[in-house]
Amino acid sequence: MRPSTPTPGTQSWFPLKERQTCCEPNPFIEVEQLSLHYGQKPAFHNVTLSINKGCITALVGPSGCGKTSFLTSLNRLTDIIPGCRLSGGIHLDGLDVLAPHTDVIRLRRRVGMIFQKPNPFPLSILKNLEFPLREHGLKDREQIAASIETVLRDVGLWDEVKDRMNSPALALSGGQQQRLCMARALVLSPEVLLMDEPCSALDPLSSGVVEDLIVGLRSRYTVLIVTHNLAQARRIADYAALFWVQNGAGQLIETGTAKQIFEEPRDPLTRAYVNGIRG
Amino acid sequence: MISSGSNTLSRWPTDRLLLWLLRGIATIAGAIVLLIMVFLVMEAGPALRHVGVARFFTDPSWHPAEGFYNLTPMLWGTLFAMVGSVLIATPLGILSAVFCRYYAPPAVARIYRKLIELLAGIPSVVYGFWGLVVLVPLIGAIHPPGPSLLTGIVIVAIMILPTIALMADASLTNVPQQYMRGAVALGLSRGATIRRVVFPAAKSGLFTGVILETGRAIGETMAILMVCGNVVQTPHSLFDPIRTLTANIALEMAYALGDHRAALFVSGLVLMAMIAALVAAADWISHGRIYG
Amino acid sequence: MVKTLERNLDGWELLTSTLVWSAAVLVTAIFCWLLGDILWHGINHLSWTFLTAPPQNAGREGGIGPIIVSTVLILGVCLGVSLPIGVGTAILLAEFTMDDSLFGRLTRRSLDVLSGVPSIVFGLFGNAFFSKTLGLGFSILSGGLTLSCMVLPILIRSTEEGFRSVPTGYRLSATALGLSRTSTLVHLLLPAAVPGLLVGLVLGVGRAIAETAALMFTSGYVDRVPESLLDSGRALSIHIFDLSMNVPGGDAHAYASALVLVALLLAINGTASWLSEHWLHRKIVPI
Repeated sequence: MRPSTPTPGTQSWFPLKERQTCCEPNPFIEVEQLSLHYGQKPAFHNVTLSINKGCITALVGPSGCGKTSFLTSLNRLTDIIPGCRLSGGIHLDGLDVLAPHTDVIRLRRRVGMIFQKPNPFPLSILKNLEFPLREHGLKDREQIAASIETVLRDVGLWDEVKDRMNSPALALSGGQQQRLCMARALVLSPEVLLMDEPCSALDPLSSGVVEDLIVGLRSRYTVLIVTHNLAQARRIADYAALFWVQNGAGQLIETGTAKQIFEEPRDPLTRAYVNGIRG
Repeated sequence: MISSGSNTLSRWPTDRLLLWLLRGIATIAGAIVLLIMVFLVMEAGPALRHVGVARFFTDPSWHPAEGFYNLTPMLWGTLFAMVGSVLIATPLGILSAVFCRYYAPPAVARIYRKLIELLAGIPSVVYGFWGLVVLVPLIGAIHPPGPSLLTGIVIVAIMILPTIALMADASLTNVPQQYMRGAVALGLSRGATIRRVVFPAAKSGLFTGVILETGRAIGETMAILMVCGNVVQTPHSLFDPIRTLTANIALEMAYALGDHRAALFVSGLVLMAMIAALVAAADWISHGRIYG
Repeated sequence: MVKTLERNLDGWELLTSTLVWSAAVLVTAIFCWLLGDILWHGINHLSWTFLTAPPQNAGREGGIGPIIVSTVLILGVCLGVSLPIGVGTAILLAEFTMDDSLFGRLTRRSLDVLSGVPSIVFGLFGNAFFSKTLGLGFSILSGGLTLSCMVLPILIRSTEEGFRSVPTGYRLSATALGLSRTSTLVHLLLPAAVPGLLVGLVLGVGRAIAETAALMFTSGYVDRVPESLLDSGRALSIHIFDLSMNVPGGDAHAYASALVLVALLLAINGTASWLSEHWLHRKIVPI
């Protein structure tokens, strides 16, 4: 058993068989036939997937099969990568994400992202959290302070940093920086959180802390997490999707509840991957 | 279907404003070179019209008071000064870089490199001044008069040497370590390694550096003006005083009017053409990699 | 056979070593001779009075006070114009253009060509455009504007380096948070790029102070304190030139002025070198 940070009221670790499903399956993000090309090279091809609200969905598969690219297309971060072409459809709560007239700023407020390598801004801890709030129009000092305290408590950093809010964020440890990045994403009250291998750059202890945090987000946020760590996916996911490279592009092989994918996979490739025979 | 190119601008209104402001600024910066060419041509126009291109090379001499505008003696002056100085500065510069990198003990190398960097920062007027008060009498004692092509060559060589050394140093640094290791493993001596392995690898960088500095030698004005004697004549010996195109402009611009002034602008155009040809050759040889 | 081979090899080695060391010694000797000469002859006339008093007797006596004022004013105009244009262009090139966009490539090429233009041609241009066409005559403004054209490529290159050295993670996070590019630029990227900017600034100042040919027909020769930016003023480099070429007996003060100029430049280039090594972790050479 792994020690977990005591946070009242959240499930931290249950064996797969005993875990309840998080909620009634309620599709929040619908992806239809999504394909992404970097110039001529396809990153992934014809992915159709439904993400359920309030649940943790893990995207698994070996490196290079388009999982990260898929993630970045959900908040249209692909817009700033030169030469990217997206085709197909993404609908978030009814909103057509890929329509040219969609307000990407509002989209990125509803969809937060946490990257593999922690990258807090080279500002103070306070400014890191204040900056996005002010940018999106919040001016009331008290509200800002309240939001900041809430998210810092949520990620378990409040007690550690409340006395040094003006010190540089870069002085924090790797695990603390990543939690700060999560707080920064949470401060805008998003509905969806996209996480690209958030623990892979951290040491095992910090990794465990961050993982517990992610589990604690269940039901309040819809979480999509890319991980190539199968054990981690087994521990925390409600739903899972396997990506694999076939015909030169990433493909979605199988998707379903975590129980299905890890215990009763239908596709032979999935079975081979989760049992460690291939990968 | 959405592609990235069309959507790099976000919805924030300040972003649009910023982009247009920056584009305007960058256009100004980019247009300066065009402006320079335009004005050079404009001001040179009268001379090209009244005097005609051919006469710039066939007139009896350069004597604006009498309407003679032959640039050739000064062209020769520029060419000889450039060739001479580059011939002296290049080996010295490259050897300095080799010294710094492969022969000097680390402490000495550090000091030497600092020395070269400081030398590279000394202005041409100071070099010219020192040349005037120290070198000219010296060379005058060997063979009168003092101010001459030779003095010019020596001074310009001293001026471009540090930059050649620094650029050579940069090229040598870029030679991959594994070449050196391979050579040492083969038991090659230091000198042989440098000659056979390092130089071929650093060839294009070295060459580029030399070409760029040759361009600078052509354009050098102040130092040459101060030590060359400024007599308009085609030099027949190293000790003849000469006048280069650049020095000519500097000397006569103050009082030139009308066609004379326009003729000076023509010589400015000739200078630009020489440098452009040089850089084009360098570009072609190094396949466009000169600007890094 | 092997023995003679070895001896031959040793011979070559010795030759190469000798060549290399001789070159180094020669270069060091020249450097010491030059700087030593200037130091030796110039130090005698250096004094606080020299630095502040106006020149008298065509500069043979007195000092270089007004000259320093003119130099500073010309520098001020040069930087005042080239800083905004340089930083703006650098930001556009580093942050807002794709690497292969036509506008980006054209601008970069044109700046590269600009950096190769010899200073006398800048002098011609400055005289034709600023002094004649814009009617500024021989003035601080003319000289400063001409110098800013010369300094621009250096400033832009260095500032762009500064921007490129900022990690991309910041830009990605900022975009994912829906922050405007203006805010990202002003609050995140610009502060991080300041070291590159400073290095470019310092190098540009160094180049500007050393300039003579470009100033000869744009800011002129007048050695009084200029009353306005439209007044003519004599820069330090021009003063050295005038004293050595046009004023018999002016050598002594020319030496002193040269010493001041060289000292200033050594300080400036030294600062740029130190800044780039400690802040940018890269060497930018004053070429």
